[in-house]
Amino acid sequence: MSDQVTGAQALVMALERVGVDVMFGIPGGAILPAYDPIFDSSIRHILVRHEQGAGHAATGYAQVTGRVGVCIATSGPGATNLVTALADAQMDSVPMVAITGQVSSAAIGTDAFQEADIRGITMPITKHNFLVTHADDIVHAIAAAFHIAETGRPGAVLVDISKDALQSKTTFNWPTELNLPGYNPVVDADHQSLVAAAALISQSQSPVLYVGGGMIKANASKELMELALLTGAPVVTTLMARGAFPDSHAQHLGMPGMHGTVAAVTALQKADLLITLGARFDDRVTGKVSTFAPNAKIIHADIDPAEIGKVRKADVALIGDLKNTVQALLPILREQFEENQPDLDAWWVQCNEWRNTFPLGYDEPEDGSLSPQYVIERIGKIAGPDAIYVAGVGQHQMWASQFVSYENPRTWLNSGGLGTMGYAVPAAMGAKVGAPETTVWAIDGDGCFQMTNQELVTCALNNIPVKIAIINNESLGMVRQWQTLFYNSRFSNTDLHSHRIPDFLKLAEAMGCVGLRCESKEDVDRIINEAMAINDRPVVVDFNVHRDAMVWPMVAAGASNDDIVVAKSMAPIWDSQEL
Amino acid sequence: MATHTLSVLVENSPGVLARIAALFSRRGYNIDSLAVGPTQDSHISRMTIVINVEGHALEQVMAQTNKLINVLSIVELDPISSVQRELLLVKVSTSPDTRSQVLETVQLFRAKVVDVAQDAVTIEATGNTEKIQALLRVLEPHGIKELVQSGLVAMERGLKPGISLASDEGQFSPATLDTPN
Repeated sequence: MSDQVTGAQALVMALERVGVDVMFGIPGGAILPAYDPIFDSSIRHILVRHEQGAGHAATGYAQVTGRVGVCIATSGPGATNLVTALADAQMDSVPMVAITGQVSSAAIGTDAFQEADIRGITMPITKHNFLVTHADDIVHAIAAAFHIAETGRPGAVLVDISKDALQSKTTFNWPTELNLPGYNPVVDADHQSLVAAAALISQSQSPVLYVGGGMIKANASKELMELALLTGAPVVTTLMARGAFPDSHAQHLGMPGMHGTVAAVTALQKADLLITLGARFDDRVTGKVSTFAPNAKIIHADIDPAEIGKVRKADVALIGDLKNTVQALLPILREQFEENQPDLDAWWVQCNEWRNTFPLGYDEPEDGSLSPQYVIERIGKIAGPDAIYVAGVGQHQMWASQFVSYENPRTWLNSGGLGTMGYAVPAAMGAKVGAPETTVWAIDGDGCFQMTNQELVTCALNNIPVKIAIINNESLGMVRQWQTLFYNSRFSNTDLHSHRIPDFLKLAEAMGCVGLRCESKEDVDRIINEAMAINDRPVVVDFNVHRDAMVWPMVAAGASNDDIVVAKSMAPIWDSQEL
Repeated sequence: MATHTLSVLVENSPGVLARIAALFSRRGYNIDSLAVGPTQDSHISRMTIVINVEGHALEQVMAQTNKLINVLSIVELDPISSVQRELLLVKVSTSPDTRSQVLETVQLFRAKVVDVAQDAVTIEATGNTEKIQALLRVLEPHGIKELVQSGLVAMERGLKPGISLASDEGQFSPATLDTPN
């Protein structure tokens, strides 16, 4: 007979058993019993300043390490404050486990103090969730939650545990097998489909490898490189896949989508075959779906069967773990290529013409003020491809995706699916905890920064020296851009009127960080280097940039990708080319 | 749009119905009817869901539903190779003049009278959707005072699809008279 422990002790023992080394959270009434054994645990608990920060930190940690990120909060408001972070993690398929306290089981349903039905609330925004009301069920729920979060298509799992379950006695029995009869993710694509895929590839004259975030989740960059070299096909990496394939590689055409490169967008449009790898035909990639890649056959490789045919019908579906899928495809393809390997020279002539005619670029502001793209480009150059970059959401996010060169997976973190403003600071905190030896730069907007910057206090107090670049245009820049383009420059509620309120430099210092400010192009390199040299505290750099800079190229929302606009009122003239 | 009958085996655990309902609501799938009940295994419940979607959307509904951790299996039941039944309780106005007509209809449809009042009878009927609809069409002129109908429950036929084990099927059925095929 094992020794009796409390449910709370069993919870912490289970977390230790699954290998949790860090969690982010805030205690409160219902979760309080768990915080007592946490006090003695080997698990590092980082006390955040808002539960949303705990959630995004868990995501940042997971994105960098590939392991499950863990956050913990109390019932009611503690739990509801996790909602945005859970939805964010789930949309971007990030393995995350959130643990919440719940009021005692006898009080559930009585509108008790700090009661919220967090299981009901998070049902549509988690991969799965549990409400545990018996101490004996805690360990199995934790084991199952981690298994579900990190296998198959990763996602967010919430475990809600009532206070009495944490307080009652149980025994710690690690389950030898999990009772999840309805959960059997497919890991290996079937052979016939692989053969069919290889046949399509060997017949294609203009294929594109359309790579999504699943490639990074599957740790399959090496396999992707082999496939790219074998096929010789152009590669595009979506916003979630930046870093899955080196930007410096000659076959890389860049990012597709609303703010993608002309070459990437157009190659998808004109391709006769999309080899879709862990991507989900998101509306920000396809534009108007009915006109997306109209002549392309589709190979769709994904671990989630429900992604197949959700947006675009697949000609060949490869359901399984992407690493296994590509590994299994390679020998079959080699064999096919021995008989027939298509010549892609003509296709490359076209792709290169698009690439050379419409490279990414930007104009310096005419009034001599600082260009946001230049700032971001210089951070990328100075910090280099070994650093980790974490963006908020908006113009700065797009520029950080466009003007930083990514060479390695898990070096680019952002909120792609949910588009969560305020993601950057806490996610950078989690990233730095996961990779303490690596330089972590958050590239944030002044709007985003004001949503979650309090976590810099957490960073300062816990020796988490992140670097934050505020791309400060004193406005909600992306919305302002849309107002400029589609609402006749009527800037309704996008002007943050900051005039140094708040003064980010003083705010940084008040939170225990070093605050720096940069207002001119001449100072950019010097100040970035100054920030790079500080490693004992978080650094915040307030880059005062021009507010009318815009993200180009752009495909307007709901428009066809054929109507990509390179710069304001400047569309490529396709007539000159054989399109 | 076409009607499809889905048979879903789920774990008999709290919140399963909410998960299914939330999924259908969130993804904009319209449920025509839903019936939930126990199976021979107390850990497993069966849901019979009737939805109205196009073929492509049906695959999505099934794939998304199957992703729920508590869902053990989901199959579409072909109306030809499955037995499908609804339960109807209907209260029909009667007068001394019309009562015998109503009772005749009840007999014709192999339904039952379960309650009689001065000016109404309550009728219980089971059958597939077409039969229930046909019965209601015949009763309607008498005046329907109140009506309650269960969701459809359905089960695959026998061991070989298409072979009926149900004894009442293939005999006299007003539904087939009403809707020739």
